[in-house]
Amino acid sequence: MSVVYKKSKLLTDTPFHYCPGCAHGIAHKLVAETLEELGQEGNVIGIAPVGCAVFAYNYFNCDMQQAAHGRAPAVATGVKSVYPDKTVFAYQGDGDLASIGMAEIVHAAARGTNITVVFINNAIYGMTGGQMAPTTLEGQKSTTCVYGRKPEINGSPIKVAELLATLDGPSYIARCALDTVKNIRAAKAAVKKAFQNQLDGKGFSLVELLSSCPTNWHMSPLEAMKFVGGEMTKIYPLGVFKNID
Amino acid sequence: MSEKKLMKGNEAIAEAAVRGGCRYYFGYPITPQNEIPEYMSWRLPEVGGVFIQAESEISAINMVYGAAGAGGRSMTSSSSPGVSLKQEGISYICGAELPCVIINMVRGGPGLGGIQPAQSDYFQAVKGGGHGDYKMLVYGPATVQEAVDIVYGAFDKAEQYRLPVMILGDGMLGQIMEAVTLPEMRKPGDIKVPEWATVGTHTGADRKIINSLYIEPDVLEALNRTLYARYAAMSEAETMVEEYRVSDAEVIITAYGTVARIAKSTVDILRAAGVKAGLIRPITLYPFPSATYRAAAKKRSVKEFITVELSMGQMVEDVRLAVNGKKPVKFYGRSGGNVMTPEDIARFVTEGK
Repeated sequence: MSVVYKKSKLLTDTPFHYCPGCAHGIAHKLVAETLEELGQEGNVIGIAPVGCAVFAYNYFNCDMQQAAHGRAPAVATGVKSVYPDKTVFAYQGDGDLASIGMAEIVHAAARGTNITVVFINNAIYGMTGGQMAPTTLEGQKSTTCVYGRKPEINGSPIKVAELLATLDGPSYIARCALDTVKNIRAAKAAVKKAFQNQLDGKGFSLVELLSSCPTNWHMSPLEAMKFVGGEMTKIYPLGVFKNID
Repeated sequence: MSEKKLMKGNEAIAEAAVRGGCRYYFGYPITPQNEIPEYMSWRLPEVGGVFIQAESEISAINMVYGAAGAGGRSMTSSSSPGVSLKQEGISYICGAELPCVIINMVRGGPGLGGIQPAQSDYFQAVKGGGHGDYKMLVYGPATVQEAVDIVYGAFDKAEQYRLPVMILGDGMLGQIMEAVTLPEMRKPGDIKVPEWATVGTHTGADRKIINSLYIEPDVLEALNRTLYARYAAMSEAETMVEEYRVSDAEVIITAYGTVARIAKSTVDILRAAGVKAGLIRPITLYPFPSATYRAAAKKRSVKEFITVELSMGQMVEDVRLAVNGKKPVKFYGRSGGNVMTPEDIARFVTEGK
């Protein structure tokens, strides 16, 4: 019998705490498989955020640091200062990265710090129970915009990939979606490119992954995936926004 | 060979940190400590270290968190408003049990305050300016030489107790130029990477995790007890205090840092005028040398304590706790960046104003 699929060695055996239909598990798998394929086992330090992925330090089979809310890029910068030859990545959600941690991500990108950031955009604060995120879509309901996000009150969604792509520092900025097999395969390629850039010393790279949150969107997992592909991609178009060779 | 040099306080402290093994510095400009990041920006690359000017104090302290968690000897420096911004990170560093060195060249507050010397961050430093139960090892050096000696050994203390060491200076200490004997450069081989550090090589059961999240109440309480046991051991081993002309003193003046130098002159002025004055100078502000005050308060000869600070009265509360009502504890302070003269203190002692 031949093994056609097995869990990546870069994931521990700890069961994920993520809700059914949440895309964090897919994103974790992509990161772990990529690190393994790039031969980085035993050469990685990951940074966990505050938010749904706060327990990422239990899941990735490598040395991990848990950062204060939004500060993962700064923590990663500190780690990379000590170990420029180790692979360092930050894994962040949209509240963490695009709200409280906006300064940290912009300046890590502007410095061109040679780290990889995996950015989960699910348009909501998941861990705290469904509050409005900087990425919440116009009209989308949350517990802090119960009638739907209104631009005149709440502002408009922040497009992180486009924003960071205006900077000279990043080597690679892409946005993918985790809603279909095809898109997940494309996301895997983007994550791999982002880590390969770090190995090649090209500087800062980030992959934004459009993700689902059935629990706080009050949808079934299937409806949530359709929302990612149908609604989120209208505001957050998929593609490569920066690619320096 | 150790060498004697005339150096500005901030620069001497930076050089002492480098010689003590500091290789990673992250900071943000703020007066009156700018000479520290400026010095580090060219000095650290000379010794294979890394200097990064962060986008904020918040980012700087979190870079320290990351580098310290990776086992690098890491440091930041700032002044009062900037140190307020660092408090979140300091709490996380304490929760994650990471060693680092933090310099606060205190300026007047609250708010943006002023840029002149002050001691109004005492509470923040010794009571815990961030959230949660934690302490740091806090020194209040009085001279550039003392600051150099403390900073040189600070990384060892930070690693021994796995907590931040804070140097609570002020604008005077940072800006004054004094002759200092610099210690020798620590040999790289003398400094070991701690076994708990995330060096990137671990997998499976050997993984290292730097973390301050403990979702189980019993586990978090156990951590707090561990930390406080460590603070208790630190109090036993690390408390430092200087006593000057205290043995027959009737009036005990007490002050720390640069103010203690002014107060020392006051003691001599008063002694010359026939007043039996002495000085207790805490060198560690946490742990606080309470036993020294308790012993002095018990002495029949001691009539009163006078706490002198560049604040509206902060350390005086720890003095009162230590004296515990046995003798009167008076307070004389200046604030806003004003500095008292030895004569000002002498007048307060003799005339009460």
